[in-house]
Amino acid sequence: MTDATLTHTYTYADLPGLMSLMTGDEKHGPAATSTLDVLWVLYDRVLRVSPKGREDPGRDRFLLSKGHGPMAYYAVLAAKGFLPVEWLPGFGCYDSPLGHHPDRTLVPGAEIGSGSLGHGLPIAVGTALGLRAQGLDEPRVWALIGDAELDEGSNHEAIAFAGPAGLDRLHTVVVDNASAAYARPGGIAARFEAAGWSALTVDGRDHDALYAAFTAPHPGRPHVVVARVEPKSA
Amino acid sequence: MDTMRDRFAPVVTRLLDEDPRVAVVLAAIGTDGFAEAARRHPGRVVDVGIREQLLVGAAAGLALTGLRPVVHTFASFLVERPFEQVKLDLGHQDAGAVLVSAAASFDWPAGGYTHMAPGDVALLDTLDGWTVHVPGHPDEAETLLRHAVAAGDDKVYVRLSVQANGQALPVDGERFRTVREGRSGVVVAVGPMLDAVLAATEGLDVTVLYATTVRPFDGAALRRATEAAGTDVVLVEPYLAGTSTAAANDALSDVPHRVLGLGVGRQELRRYGQLEEHVAAHGLDARSLRERIGGFAGAAARV
Repeated sequence: MTDATLTHTYTYADLPGLMSLMTGDEKHGPAATSTLDVLWVLYDRVLRVSPKGREDPGRDRFLLSKGHGPMAYYAVLAAKGFLPVEWLPGFGCYDSPLGHHPDRTLVPGAEIGSGSLGHGLPIAVGTALGLRAQGLDEPRVWALIGDAELDEGSNHEAIAFAGPAGLDRLHTVVVDNASAAYARPGGIAARFEAAGWSALTVDGRDHDALYAAFTAPHPGRPHVVVARVEPKSA
Repeated sequence: MDTMRDRFAPVVTRLLDEDPRVAVVLAAIGTDGFAEAARRHPGRVVDVGIREQLLVGAAAGLALTGLRPVVHTFASFLVERPFEQVKLDLGHQDAGAVLVSAAASFDWPAGGYTHMAPGDVALLDTLDGWTVHVPGHPDEAETLLRHAVAAGDDKVYVRLSVQANGQALPVDGERFRTVREGRSGVVVAVGPMLDAVLAATEGLDVTVLYATTVRPFDGAALRRATEAAGTDVVLVEPYLAGTSTAAANDALSDVPHRVLGLGVGRQELRRYGQLEEHVAAHGLDARSLRERIGGFAGAAARV
C-alpha cells in the first residue's frame, strides 16, 4: 500500500507527529483521535485503494461521514501518500485544501465532502448500488460514522434499506465514544442487526481485533463494526 | 390528453434501454410505471421505500460511481423535504442528477397543502448550477426529459404538472421562444401558463415570450424583446409569484425597467376543490391575468 511518491514509509507511530502539524481545531480533538486506530487499520490493512489508483472504478471506497475533527483522516491520507505532508500545517487556512471539514473536490483521496452529519451512509448506499448495477462486484464500500451521528434519521433510512436490499458490499464502522445524547437501548449493534445487518462490536483501539472484525465474512448482508473507544467525556 | 407524468416512465424506460449510465431512483411513488423496466434492468431501477433523504443521498452515491440518476417523487418530497441532501449530496459533492417532480404547485387541490410545492423553483434558486425545465405540454415534457438526461453530469430539475397548454411548441432546452410580438410590453409565460397568457393578452399590443427552461434564465431573449416592446415586463409563472423577478432584473440591470411578477401567492390558501378553482384564486386565470397585465402595461398596450 505504499506509494512510489512517498520519500519514506510512515508507520502508525508517525501519526501523532503528523497530527501535531495541524492546529486550530482543538475543540474537535477528541473527535479526531477517536477515529485514529480505525482509520489506520482500514488504510493500512483493509482498503484496496492507493494514491495512483484513486480514480480506478474497481477501488474500494471509504466515505468519511463523520467529517468533524478530520486531523486523523488527513494524517492517515498523508502517511499513505494521498496528500503531501507539507499540506498539514496549513490546516484550516484560506489557501489550504484541508478544512476543518473535508471537501472531496479539494482533498486527494477523499470520496465525499462531509461535516453535516448523516450524509455519508446514504451516499454509501447509493455507491454500493451503483457499483452493483455496473457489475463491479469486487469493490467494498465503507462509511465511517460516529455514535452520536447515528442519531440522524437519514442514517436510519439507510440502515433500514441496506439490510433487506442485501447490500453485502456495504460496510459501516461506527466509532462509539459514547457521545450520543441518549444511549441507544439495546446497544448500537442491535439496531443494525434488527435491520438484517451482520454486526460485530470490538475494542476500537485494538488493531488486530479491528482487522478481524473488518474482514469477517458476512454473505448476503451488509456489515457493521462498532468500534468502542474511551468516552468523549473521559 | 395524457399528462406529463404519464410520459415520464415510458420515456425514461426507453432511456434505460438505450443508455447503460441511466438509473432510476424512486421512493414508493411512481413505481408501477417502472415495473417492467425494473425486471429488465434490476440494478438500475431502485425503490428505496418512503425515505426521501435516502432517495437523494443514494442518487448522489450512484452518480459518484458514474451513473446518471433520475430521481422522482412529488415536488414537496423531492426538493423541500430533503433540501439539505439536494444542497450537499448533489451540490457540494459536485455530483449530478435529474430530479423529476410531479404534483407541482397544486395539481391535487383536494390533497391540500402537504402535497403542494409552489416554492420549489425559488428554493432551487438558492443553489448554484441547476438547470430548471418547466414544460407546458406532455410532448415538451418528453423532449425536456431527454435533454435533462443527456446533459452530462449536470444538475437538472424537471417540473411536471397536470396543468398544460392545448398545443405543444418546439422546445430546445435552453431558449425562450417568441410567440407574439407587440410594442407595449413583454409578457413571459412559463410552461403551463401560456394558454392563459395568450388569452389574457388577446388584443393587447404586447410581446409574449414562452419559457420552458427557466434556469439558466434566457436574459438575452428578454433583452431583445424589450428593444421593440419597451421595458415593461410581466412574468407569469405557475409557481411562487416573483420567483424569476431577480433574474429579469439582472437581465435589464442597465436600463430603466419595471417588472411585475405574477404566480402563486405566498399565503396558504387552505382550500381543497379543483385545480381551476386554485388557478382563479391565485389570479392566474385568463380574466384575472388580463386585468393585472392590462393594468400594469397601461393604455399603450391596448390596440
